[in-house]
Amino acid sequence: MDDTERRLADLHAMWRIRALEEKIRELRIGGEEIVGSVHLCIGQEAGPVGACTELGPDDALFATYRGHGWALARGVPAEGIIAECAGRATGVNGGRGGSAYFTAPEHGFHGENSIVGAGLPIAVGAALAGRFDGGGRLAMTVCGDGALNQGASHEALNMAAAFKLPVVFVCENNYWSELTPIDEMVGEPELWRRAAGYGMAGARVDGNDPAAVRAAVREAAERARSGGGPTLLELMTQRLVGHYIGDVEQYRRPGELDRAREEEPIARLTGALEAAGVAAGRIEDARARARAEIEEAAAAALAAPLADPETAKDHVYA
Amino acid sequence: MPELIAETRKLKYGEAVNAALARLLEEVPESLLYGEDVGKPGGVFGVTRGLRRKFGERVFDTPISEAAILGSAVGAALMGARPIVEIMWADFSLVALDQLVNQAANARYVSRGAAPAPIVVRTQQGNAPGACAQHSQSLEALFLHVPGLRLAMPRTAQDAHDVLVAAVHADDPVIVVENRSLYFGDKAEVELGGAPRPMGWSHLRRPGRDVTVVSWGAVTGQALAAAESLAARGVEAEVLELTWLNPVDLDAVLASVARTRRLAVVHEANVTGGFGAEIVARVAEAGLGLDAAPVRVGAPDVRIPAAPGLAAAVLPGAGTIAARIAGMTAA
Repeated sequence: MDDTERRLADLHAMWRIRALEEKIRELRIGGEEIVGSVHLCIGQEAGPVGACTELGPDDALFATYRGHGWALARGVPAEGIIAECAGRATGVNGGRGGSAYFTAPEHGFHGENSIVGAGLPIAVGAALAGRFDGGGRLAMTVCGDGALNQGASHEALNMAAAFKLPVVFVCENNYWSELTPIDEMVGEPELWRRAAGYGMAGARVDGNDPAAVRAAVREAAERARSGGGPTLLELMTQRLVGHYIGDVEQYRRPGELDRAREEEPIARLTGALEAAGVAAGRIEDARARARAEIEEAAAAALAAPLADPETAKDHVYA
Repeated sequence: MPELIAETRKLKYGEAVNAALARLLEEVPESLLYGEDVGKPGGVFGVTRGLRRKFGERVFDTPISEAAILGSAVGAALMGARPIVEIMWADFSLVALDQLVNQAANARYVSRGAAPAPIVVRTQQGNAPGACAQHSQSLEALFLHVPGLRLAMPRTAQDAHDVLVAAVHADDPVIVVENRSLYFGDKAEVELGGAPRPMGWSHLRRPGRDVTVVSWGAVTGQALAAAESLAARGVEAEVLELTWLNPVDLDAVLASVARTRRLAVVHEANVTGGFGAEIVARVAEAGLGLDAAPVRVGAPDVRIPAAPGLAAAVLPGAGTIAARIAGMTAA
């Protein structure tokens, strides 16, 4: 794939996530199709798009409750995601996971997690198992900036480094730990610097540039697969929406969102493609195809029956 | 699976655990055994001694990181491994309860069975002389409140072996709570190599017509001693030992109480919110008519002191148990 094709593919992939999130927001705000906690990743699309192209089918990805974008980029169909958020029987977990805690292992997506920082030790275990089952599996775990302040995260980083396990720790630093700025909660706001303390590689990456993310993840994945151990990548990004739908965001600083909109990945890549002379029709096509796919997926998802209450008690035990 | 060869050996409780682990590492190729000091040192109680030498890197030591131990076990299990991990003292599991309660217990349910986390967590609890209050708690009721987790509390060497074999062959997350006061007791005949049993068994340790005493874990020994002393006074107590608390053999409890029409539960854990309350409630819900109000014997709701004399004053011993049971059969 030449560079223009790659960038158009990235733009399309980011539009798929943006369209999915906007559709889910519409269904959450507009009516009764989606209820409860929903955490959108609008503005953070470059991370999953850049990273997931470096994962093989047997690699294991663990995300957070802000995980719709990671799931979609990993290959989970939009219809299954929307149906899950809407409590349909056809949701990827039949309505048991919801927006913030769904999983689709058949696509190498081993779950969102609603407990901040919990996914890191689980990913370490996935990599550990790969050492014995011969699968050569890479584990990638995504967390937010606040999650690195959880004790479990520290334990996971240390154990992965001590055992030189093939894990890529991706921290999406969107500056806000839920509703609180990260720089008020840490003594060293450059989170990637912690990597050195664990004896692992680390880097700060432009998290709004899918190509930069891809390059960093490729290097980390190669290191991991060749026995060089884990890497901590800090992707600098921002969310253009609240922590959850309904968040009034009174904590935002003046001008922050305006600046963020100038740097957000879809606008940036669109501008770059235009400046490079790529035909407007091709740029528009990336958006239109994504929107059409999501609209179709949403219609199919909402046409499906609700999860059957008769099954609510199934699967607690084997 | 290699052919099962039944063999009987005289083993202490800890040695029976070791024999079960050796067997499981042999017959379950996906099994891994790890935790703090379990590999090269062979465990602080020597329970895993020799396994690293025999099975190599599948047996290994971890950092002092309970969340990483339990979390990595969940992740490994999601990938098809069968991790058997040790939490050195049950008290230490409290620093990592997220991975048991929010993660392991949810995995099967949310995925509708597609991605279960069949981990086995070995830990030990209870009081032994001189142990401090952070090394003496009996925490089974905390785990038993969580749907999705299985739990057993083996007391004999045979059960210590059989429970582990059943746990590793089960497809649920199982917590096996041993008791360190049992590790170095007398040797007993242990049959090794039998087929894995389905979870949930109990033992009628002593038949009796006057009162049903339901107990589990090490304190069952005190309940049996109490029953002996009561027999000398003409009270025949039936002692039912629950090896598994989830699944629990409620049928055996109900059948016994239907015969004796009296119920006492005995556990080392604190009384309030203890699993004994659950047993009493289930018997009440079954509508069995009782000839005496049920009795719960356990530790009072205090912390466990370090000094042996103080600890003995709060833990249920044979004398206390016998007195409480005598009280309910006196009328």
